[in-house]
Amino acid sequence: MSDTKDVILEYVKNEYLEEGDDQEVTYTTPLISGGIVDSFSMVSLKLFLENKYDIKIPDDVATPEAFDSVNNIVEVLKKFNIE
Amino acid sequence: MSFSDSIREIYKKDLENIRRSGIYKDERIICSPQSSEIEVEFPYGSEQKKVINMCANNYLGLSSHPEVIEAARNGLDHRGYGMSSVRFICGTQDIHKQLEDRLTEFLGTEDTILFPSCMDANAGVFEAVLTPEDVMIADRLVHASIVDGMRLCKAQTDNFKHSNMEHLEQKLQFHQKARIRLIITDGAFSMDGDLAKLDKIVELAEKYDAMVFVDESHSSGFIGKTGRGTHEHFGVLGKIDIITTTLGKALGGASGGCVSGRKEIVEMCRQKARPYLFSNTIPPVVVSGANKVLEIISRTTERRDKLEKNTVFWRKGLTEAGFIIKEGETPIVPVMLFNAKLSQDIAAMLYEDGIYAVGFFFPVVPKGQARIRTQLSAAHEMHHLEKALDAFIKAGKKFGILHKTKQEIIEQYGL
Repeated sequence: MSDTKDVILEYVKNEYLEEGDDQEVTYTTPLISGGIVDSFSMVSLKLFLENKYDIKIPDDVATPEAFDSVNNIVEVLKKFNIE
Repeated sequence: MSFSDSIREIYKKDLENIRRSGIYKDERIICSPQSSEIEVEFPYGSEQKKVINMCANNYLGLSSHPEVIEAARNGLDHRGYGMSSVRFICGTQDIHKQLEDRLTEFLGTEDTILFPSCMDANAGVFEAVLTPEDVMIADRLVHASIVDGMRLCKAQTDNFKHSNMEHLEQKLQFHQKARIRLIITDGAFSMDGDLAKLDKIVELAEKYDAMVFVDESHSSGFIGKTGRGTHEHFGVLGKIDIITTTLGKALGGASGGCVSGRKEIVEMCRQKARPYLFSNTIPPVVVSGANKVLEIISRTTERRDKLEKNTVFWRKGLTEAGFIIKEGETPIVPVMLFNAKLSQDIAAMLYEDGIYAVGFFFPVVPKGQARIRTQLSAAHEMHHLEKALDAFIKAGKKFGILHKTKQEIIEQYGL
């Protein structure tokens, strides 16, 4: 589990933080409601998860709430038996 | 009853939430033609006030130009008021074809198709030319109309960090299996006033076999040596596959937009783009005015050159006065204030002093990046800009933000 968590955390940092950005992102940091990821940018996260784990996440599952933190995303992945 | 009390309550609550979050939009009533000086009634019903307009997209000052008005009047006299049709049934006049040809020539492309607005052009183009086998890779700060257009399209969606070419390259590598890769960007970004690195983007597109889409709404008519746009500025005329732009800003400011680019792309839009197929043609009066605009700006670069001078003066003036502005060279000059309330307070004080400029804050711009966006026009004379600069300096002094760093302003006012 911690591997999956770390993979996602690493992706979020690389994908959404700018160089020199000193904002700290942890497993619980609110990504969308916290203004780090907007709804438009969120698509790349969904794409990454789908490609990485070879799954298809339906739009009604990939909601801003479901993607709002690394921990939340891990919960989404559990539905696809990814631990 | 169709609109019951319970339904009304739902909307009342929604509107109250919009008000509470500080993003409720009020219209300011303008009782004069669009220009550098306008008569404004705000709030509605209050006494009219003459103010210098620092927030219009009237970059070339052609919105109320006498030659444009005369041409529009001639169009009204000779081609009528409306066409009561979409383009492909009985809504295409000779002047519509003339305007498409003129835009093709001006933008340096292969062909052009008019849309009722650039919002419509952006809403229609992606769906018309891409399929689920393709991928759209957009800069994260593209205009909302592009985001909407991408949502209507079944191709895969991805995006890259604003103007970050390394990130774009990673995405292009990642999507090498797609049938078509389309890189999507604004030419000039409307909130920050910076330009897309089109030379680098074209280079990457060639390297990774991708098409390039650019929205030139905030560039057409004045960016580049002869005002053709960002592609002229970066020396990549003829290398952009799809350009969308508007007639509602520098190019006369009325309405209308277009998709201009490779002739097959334009032809696909004529067959499949829904806002073109199912929305009325641009009225003859607007088309006639726009034809005149294209004639004026192809004849001389005088207005574009004046806008450039005004921009240099304004950027230099604000910087020397001690404001933090977003650096760049476009006539979109955001004055950074970081705090939302501060941006509103300064905009209100400016208005009191006869300067009309608008404060923007989250969610229109990212959190902690509140600003007043100023926009220059060739219709501004030096005395307008001097007066506006004096008012900005007065406000800057009052709020104690001149020659302060971003950190100092945030410490004083919070985020």
